[in-house]
Amino acid sequence: MGKKDFYPLLFVFLIIAIFPWLVGGNEYYISILIFLGINGIITMGLSLLMGYAGQISLGHAGFFGLGAYSSGILTTQYSIHPLAAFFAGIFLSAIIAFLVGKPTLRLKGHYMAVATLGFGEILFIVFNELSPLTGGPSGLSGIPILTFMGYSLEGARYLYLVWGFVILLLLFSLNVINSRVGRALRAVHGSEIAANAMGVDASRYKVQVFVLSAVYASIAGSLYAHFVTFISPSSFSLMFSILLLMMVVVGGAETIWGALLGAMVLTLLPEYLRGLEDFEVLAYGGILMVVLLFMPQGILLGVRKLFEKKRN
Amino acid sequence: MNERILQVEGLQKSFGGLRAIDLLDFTVVKDGVKSVIGPNGAGKTTLFNLITGIIPPTGGVLQFAGRSLNGLKPHTIARLGISRTFQNLELFGNMTVLENVMVGRHIQTVSGLFSAGLRLPGMRKEEREIKEKAWEELQFMGLEEKGAMKASALPLGEQKLLEIARALATQPKLLLLDEPASGLNMRETGKLSETILRIRERGITIMLVEHDMSLVMEISDEVLVLNYGKKIAEGAPRDIQRNPEVIAAYLGEETGNA
Repeated sequence: MGKKDFYPLLFVFLIIAIFPWLVGGNEYYISILIFLGINGIITMGLSLLMGYAGQISLGHAGFFGLGAYSSGILTTQYSIHPLAAFFAGIFLSAIIAFLVGKPTLRLKGHYMAVATLGFGEILFIVFNELSPLTGGPSGLSGIPILTFMGYSLEGARYLYLVWGFVILLLLFSLNVINSRVGRALRAVHGSEIAANAMGVDASRYKVQVFVLSAVYASIAGSLYAHFVTFISPSSFSLMFSILLLMMVVVGGAETIWGALLGAMVLTLLPEYLRGLEDFEVLAYGGILMVVLLFMPQGILLGVRKLFEKKRN
Repeated sequence: MNERILQVEGLQKSFGGLRAIDLLDFTVVKDGVKSVIGPNGAGKTTLFNLITGIIPPTGGVLQFAGRSLNGLKPHTIARLGISRTFQNLELFGNMTVLENVMVGRHIQTVSGLFSAGLRLPGMRKEEREIKEKAWEELQFMGLEEKGAMKASALPLGEQKLLEIARALATQPKLLLLDEPASGLNMRETGKLSETILRIRERGITIMLVEHDMSLVMEISDEVLVLNYGKKIAEGAPRDIQRNPEVIAAYLGEETGNA
């Protein structure tokens, strides 16, 4: 974490802390913020992968699903403790990400996108067809709500749990960026040939970050499963991978904060536009186009540039 | 004193039908400055790319400090102690000047993803050392006041110096400089030749590709002349200047600054 990250972090922390009071305990608002946190965890990992390692993935809905199904299946059908199931999901996602990442991260640009897209589709089919375990297309229900010391973690308590993870993973990510590993990643992005000549084993770090981002997605998946208590394959389709990618791009892939902002915009926007009814999709698409046309580096850097222009 | 740090035997590199490097033999003596000169397209940069493993040779043997470099990846070769600069600047433009040099400390440090993410004490100590050493190299190159600037915002001359600082931060045994003086004015070139000699005093062997003949003749211990990928002469600067084959290769083309 750099010094400049301290106040934004404090701000996020305080907002989350008082949020349940701000909205008078309104469950709808709290649930939106929980979904925002879950999406934010995935986009932070994707931002490390895309903005820092310069790799693209269209398969992260799959890792999200791996986490969700690990938690769901192990807790409902094998009565395993949710915490153990949570770690099992992380472990599984990390291993699969390693096996998938090792060969695909040699690919560049579009090829990498297509390879990860294929991987996501394979998982989507597995979630659908492995019905004895996953419940198939009709889904898996009865996933337990988490409890801690006798309290069931619902509403504001779950909000704090999810955002506790968001803040810890945000700290972890910021630390990685401002370290030897983060510099190596940015160096690969800046000039792969020079990074290699400085002794940076680019492919090794790409695989590591791919695994890390898969772990983030798996954590988000487990948190999701215990929140909604019912999961079905449609939540882990290619459309969600694309939505995640859009969040990162709209917010700004080159900063972790941008990815979080993108998750916020694209999680909240549909809620705001709901009043437009039939025109919702049209407005949604229009807003995205305008943002990307005028702020190709994402909202965060785009707005920062606007402010700098004004100051000068 | 005559210990050989780099030995090249029968080196070949073909691009399709073109023989960019053609059966080249030479050695580099430790602690010296060896320059590689030749007309444009003679294979000088290709030679550097072969030594650093960026492209694999078609044939021949490269030996560095008794170890074969054949088949090694660029990052492994960097670890063995060969560093370089690039003719067409390859800075990390998205990072600050200081951060560029800090990347150079990569192979001298070990912190991984987890110790970085959790900011473990060992990692923090290492981070301080990385910063210190990076500042030292910036000072050595006279760039200490530019540390916080974006690398891409530096003027060309200083970008060239920054590449050298970054390469030095790896603590190389052999440093390959690819046309460090191109684009520099007379005064900057004069300073550069002093700097190269100061680098040599640190016990770092230098290979230099350069078109500025007065610089080459002033600081080289040995000069290797290439033409069409072949060695046409090798020896002390004074002998090279009188070599009829070298003069023939250069005549009608260029004799001074490229």
